[in-house]
Amino acid sequence: MSVLKRITGSAMFTPLLVLLLIVIFNLIVQPGIFSVSINADGNLSGGLMLILLRSVPVMLLALGMTLVIATGGVDLSVGSVLAIGSAVSLSLIRGDTVAPTADTAMALWLVVVITMIVGVVCGLWNGFLVAKIGIPPIVATLIFMVAGRGLTQVITLERSITTGHLPFGQIANGFTLGVQNPIWIAFIIFMMFWLFTRKTAFGLFVESTGINKSAAKYSGIKSTKILLAIYAISGLCASIAGILSASNILAIQPARAGEDMELDAILAVVLGGTNMKGGKFNLGGTVIGAIILDLLPRTMTFLGVGIQYSMFIKAVVIVLIVLIQSPTTGRFVKSLFKTKVSNKQEVAANESV
Amino acid sequence: MDNDVILQMSNIEMNFPGVRALANVNFTLRRGEVHSVMGENGAGKSTLIKCLTGVYQMDSGSIVFDGRHIRPNSVSDAMKLGISSVYQEVNLCPNLTVAENIFIGRQPMKAGALIDWKKMNRLSREALKKFDLDINVTKNLDTYSVAIQQMIAIARAVDIDAKVLILDEPTSSLDKDEVKRLFEVINKLKSEGIAIIFITHFLDQVYEISDRITVLRNGELIGEYLAADLPQIELVKLMVGKELEQMTKLKKTSHTDEHKVVVEAKNVSVPASIQDIGLTLTEGEVLGFAGLLGSGRSETAKALFGIDRISDGTISVRGSTVQLRNPAMAIKQKIAFCPEDRKSDAVVADLTTRENIVLALQGRMGMFKYISKKKQKELADKYIKLLGIATPDAEKKIGELSGGNQQKCILARWLATEPDALIMDEPTRGIDVGAKAEIMKLTLELCENGMAVAFISSELEEVIKLSNSVVVMRDRKKVAELRGDEIDHDRILEKIAGGEQA
Repeated sequence: MSVLKRITGSAMFTPLLVLLLIVIFNLIVQPGIFSVSINADGNLSGGLMLILLRSVPVMLLALGMTLVIATGGVDLSVGSVLAIGSAVSLSLIRGDTVAPTADTAMALWLVVVITMIVGVVCGLWNGFLVAKIGIPPIVATLIFMVAGRGLTQVITLERSITTGHLPFGQIANGFTLGVQNPIWIAFIIFMMFWLFTRKTAFGLFVESTGINKSAAKYSGIKSTKILLAIYAISGLCASIAGILSASNILAIQPARAGEDMELDAILAVVLGGTNMKGGKFNLGGTVIGAIILDLLPRTMTFLGVGIQYSMFIKAVVIVLIVLIQSPTTGRFVKSLFKTKVSNKQEVAANESV
Repeated sequence: MDNDVILQMSNIEMNFPGVRALANVNFTLRRGEVHSVMGENGAGKSTLIKCLTGVYQMDSGSIVFDGRHIRPNSVSDAMKLGISSVYQEVNLCPNLTVAENIFIGRQPMKAGALIDWKKMNRLSREALKKFDLDINVTKNLDTYSVAIQQMIAIARAVDIDAKVLILDEPTSSLDKDEVKRLFEVINKLKSEGIAIIFITHFLDQVYEISDRITVLRNGELIGEYLAADLPQIELVKLMVGKELEQMTKLKKTSHTDEHKVVVEAKNVSVPASIQDIGLTLTEGEVLGFAGLLGSGRSETAKALFGIDRISDGTISVRGSTVQLRNPAMAIKQKIAFCPEDRKSDAVVADLTTRENIVLALQGRMGMFKYISKKKQKELADKYIKLLGIATPDAEKKIGELSGGNQQKCILARWLATEPDALIMDEPTRGIDVGAKAEIMKLTLELCENGMAVAFISSELEEVIKLSNSVVVMRDRKKVAELRGDEIDHDRILEKIAGGEQA
């Protein structure tokens, strides 16, 4: 295979190309957008860091979503699980809602661990409905999308809650080695995903389950366990995003937290080149998809496009990106090329007769 | 150029990923002749026809039709030019009326925008009258038999002004009288100067109706012959080529008593499925299964592989009773299973050949004992070479390989698990003769190396050729087991049919 073909044939090619185009466009219209500077505390700041930072929550949801979609499913509950994660962590750190008697906050690490366990349990519930009961994923997770929202209200007693717990705020707002923590967290989770799917057989099992569940079963793969694990992972990612979101603003608005984010997460996966039908997935593409989703509206705002139009333009751009990636478009483009060639051949043949 | 020639296809070449479907094929069709295209499955007959009708775009070569170079891009393209095809499964709309089917896409109109139903029905009746068909054209198509539907399809084609009519296996679902009637129609069309390409696997019919015969084998042109000059036996030899020799050269492994039982089933029943089945799979032997579709052959295989749970009886592996609650447990017992429905139960189409080959082995080893990519590649390359899988490399998607090569990959998947017992359900279905022979040969080789094989096939000849013992099934029960010299074509058929042994 030629080098060029290997590059263009790579699953990362289209997402990267799209990102590159958007970056170039921005560099032309607003050169300062990707500036990186070192501020007075010796930490990295500037446009680029902000973009990365802002795309972290969707990125986390989308990484979990990538695996769910690879199995041919979808997880609509991630926004609600994010809200639950925020609510649980805030309540525990304040020590007043769930356990009204406690004065002092629970140890920070324990809050984080408990919240993550709650996320896993939420995911397992989805996985149970899908893998054991056999409810279609879109319905099963829709149930929890609605129920989870209610659960958040229950945990927060239908109030917006805030905290002044500064160490908790450090999770999202602190810096490590000059880079803000959420970026590290996203990076570490991405690496764990990558190792887990590409250095164990998990990725192969997920893909074969997504493409042909029956063939996977006949090959001795226990797809029920795989599905349970995947929805649990998705829930875990959502709860971590929930902790980050709560820590970032030291508050939660139970009705709004994580709202519509499941849709952005799905979009990020699709933009990243993973097929909604399941099968081969592309984690790197998902990360880029999440960044594109943050960059697009940002670009529009800079250009002075009102929010009502920018949603529309975002939709159009996304349709275009998805079209570029679809195999049907690829075949169509190829056939255009082929017809041209064959017409030439035909002319030549006619001349020779 | 001969004035009679209506269609000249020259140097047609067509490649599919990894497979050359047609190489340098020529085909000449004259006005008013019936020309049969003959060849085994996978010889390239349908590919040739699909190049002609615009379903496929040939890679190179030329088609001269009625004195003009053409290159149809779609079926409707070809139809407009005057090349129409009628398939074995009638490709009309069953829930539209006969008249609608005849005029679909070219309805007579009135007042600019309304369909002139009366005219359409009248024209339809007239079109059908040519074929002595007097039926109610306002009834839905599916109220008529397949034979009549086929006539309607032909009538439609002729009405569109077809100069070349392709009949692809038109007789396979017709009874004798209907075939006779169809042939009358063909002769009539012939006399009107329409050229007919006829494809069938019934040799008698070829000789009854054809003027000329073109033979293809493995995508290559073997030759064009006048039907009158080509004896039937010669035709078969041309079609099958050296594969015939390969098939007859197979030799069973001889059985000796020291061979051990690998899998034993006793009184096995599955609810709403098989009843009271007992059988043994022995080292170095092939146990064949004979019986009609639905007689319980596949169901027995599924029970032995833990897909269907047994309600009664026992299954033991190497002497100890085992519970097979799912395929994973059967695989742990070193049982392997190539399922009947390759596409839905075996092939993971979007994954590479390599990934498909290692799948069951990795499945058995579990998630954390990851077979490194390098090791996977070595395994895949080994089996690609061993089984002669025609693929440019192990990274090709299995979905892009031919049926025979996919089947070999599935076989490779199981061989990679180094099983003691291999159950193959219809391993030769839908693959070409060459691959069939290879798979059968391989089966015997595996046996020679001590594997216990269960071989299920609807092709009785294959079962007879391979098996040391044959289990005959009827109505989900085992009705007989024949060994050695008892394995005989007529005797098996008798058992299948339920005739009492004299």
